[in-house]
Amino acid sequence: MPGWLYQRLGDRLFAALVVGLALGVVLAALAIVWVLYQGGREALHTFGFLGFLTGSRWDAVRGEFGAWPPLLGTLVTSAAALFLAFFPALSAALFVVEFAPRALKGAVAYLIDLLAALPSVVYGLWGIFVLVPLVRERVELPLFTWAAAHAPGLLPFLGPPTGIGMLSAILVLALMIVPYASALARDALALVPQSQREAMYALGATRWEVIRRVVIPYARAGIFSGVVLALARALGETMAVTMLIGNSVNLPYTLFGPAATMASLIANEFTEAEDDLHLSALIAVGFVLLLIALATNLVAAWVLRRMSLGEGRK
Amino acid sequence: MHRTALFLWILVLGFALAAPPTLTGAGATFPYPLYAKYFSVYQKQTGVRVNYQSIGSGGGVRQLFAQTVHFGASDAPLSDAKVAEFKKRFKTEVVHVPTALGAVAVVYNLPGVTEPLKFSGELLAKLFLGEIRTWNDPQIAELNPGVRLPPLPVTVVHRSDGSGTTFVFTEYLAKVSPAWRERVGFGKSVSWPTGLGGKGNEGVAGMVRQTPGAIGYVELVYALQNKIPFAALKNRAGRFVLPSLASVKAAAALSDFPPDARVSLTDTPAPEGYPIASFTWILVYQDMAKNHAFKSKAQAKALAELLWWIVHDGQAYNEPLHYARLPEVAVRVTEKNLRALTFRGEPLLR
Repeated sequence: MPGWLYQRLGDRLFAALVVGLALGVVLAALAIVWVLYQGGREALHTFGFLGFLTGSRWDAVRGEFGAWPPLLGTLVTSAAALFLAFFPALSAALFVVEFAPRALKGAVAYLIDLLAALPSVVYGLWGIFVLVPLVRERVELPLFTWAAAHAPGLLPFLGPPTGIGMLSAILVLALMIVPYASALARDALALVPQSQREAMYALGATRWEVIRRVVIPYARAGIFSGVVLALARALGETMAVTMLIGNSVNLPYTLFGPAATMASLIANEFTEAEDDLHLSALIAVGFVLLLIALATNLVAAWVLRRMSLGEGRK
Repeated sequence: MHRTALFLWILVLGFALAAPPTLTGAGATFPYPLYAKYFSVYQKQTGVRVNYQSIGSGGGVRQLFAQTVHFGASDAPLSDAKVAEFKKRFKTEVVHVPTALGAVAVVYNLPGVTEPLKFSGELLAKLFLGEIRTWNDPQIAELNPGVRLPPLPVTVVHRSDGSGTTFVFTEYLAKVSPAWRERVGFGKSVSWPTGLGGKGNEGVAGMVRQTPGAIGYVELVYALQNKIPFAALKNRAGRFVLPSLASVKAAAALSDFPPDARVSLTDTPAPEGYPIASFTWILVYQDMAKNHAFKSKAQAKALAELLWWIVHDGQAYNEPLHYARLPEVAVRVTEKNLRALTFRGEPLLR
């Protein structure tokens, strides 16, 4: 019902307040896009939008800026972290909803949610002091020596086994996004009507069949939303990644070797970027990151719509 | 409630009318602990309050150009182009006031090696270019006779964030190695040919400490405070010099000190000097009236007096905080520059 139909002053004021605040949020979002574009215009003009995206040199000394190395770093770390996090997150959600005894349910769910509340710098510290030495001694060095002896062709893909680098960043990132994927999946699984499950059991299905054929398909939109949220979080994560990834824009990246992401690059170079073009290039990287986040959300919205359409047909 | 508000207003007004001027500055993070000390002591002595925001040298220069601060602070001098741009835009000179000296220490992690290693500039450049890949390379052994160098791979660790430390370090490498100059150049952020990037001194030190075979560079202040072992470097006179407050101060004792104080001390000709040292500067407008951040001549005068105090009495606070003091020649040149500070043509110091 349109706002002007309201008769009472209080209702009108309330409507105006709600509309005003909602518009404010939209305007703020638009203003961010505008400011990032304005700030990055100089770099985008100098190298051209495509040239900026595909340029593989990032050299502040020579004033050459291409966003491809950090772009690739962001895509690879986010995708890999999501891949690693998805099944643990789904399993955790299934465990809480389907398997856990009542007493354990709350505690497990609470602990997983707690992971989301940890500040990212704490993940970074934990990564440096616990994960990096572990990864170096237990994963990278054995793999590296094995490859050196048996499959020297692999060595260029592995990179230097120092512990700091892409692998550690991906592992910490995966851990950080589990609670996001898990929380939404859990809510979606809990919303599956009991009657659906009972119908399956009545047909003689086992527990595994019920989960696979009814519970997960029914909740898939919610599970997918969690995945999108986790991905968005991974794309933008800055602090922990900066502390662990080794910060190198030299392509090609290797599994163990250092890399850079868009967020880490901005965090690293923004404060001391004196040169106008350098600053502009960093803001342009922020603009590209925003575009990627936007694209992710649009694709997600489209997939979600198709999913709910599919549900109707089932 | 009302009475409290009224009281607060009177208090604020009273302060605004009677209080000594407040100054605002922004810039380098490296001298921040020292500046915090300066400004708190100075406030106790004179009542002049200074707000200093350590937002980084780049930000400091930017704010100075935008005239939102009374002074900027930077670990690197303004380039010739920036100085010319400043002059053209504001019709006055930018004055570089050196306040202290810093140095870059080369740190490493070699299990079993206890005595300080010795490096020459070319050797350092080769290590950071990734041309020397293992520690038992004959080129390292040649400079370090008697040291048992382990056959570990060399892991280079550098700063990932833009920093004055990187500027000084890469400027030194560019001076001593043509290959470095051509392939990398120098700046606050450079395109590193190899190695891992750590954020901040603590990031680099942490990675070096954790990785056997690592070599990196940190601010000397940081290395001294955290007792990290560092290498001796061969200076231009051919001596191997360990970084210390004395050898850093010696690096700046130049006979031909430039009148604008924009001087690079890397690869110093001073015989006792450590080769990777640098000033850190406070930047101000020569005619302070051109900087619209100033509201009155009293404010400009307060800043000029503060700067005078820093290069004289303030220097006593440098060494307890591990910053080297200004050498005599730098103080003389700066005195002359400070006397030239004006407000609408009127000199601020007698």
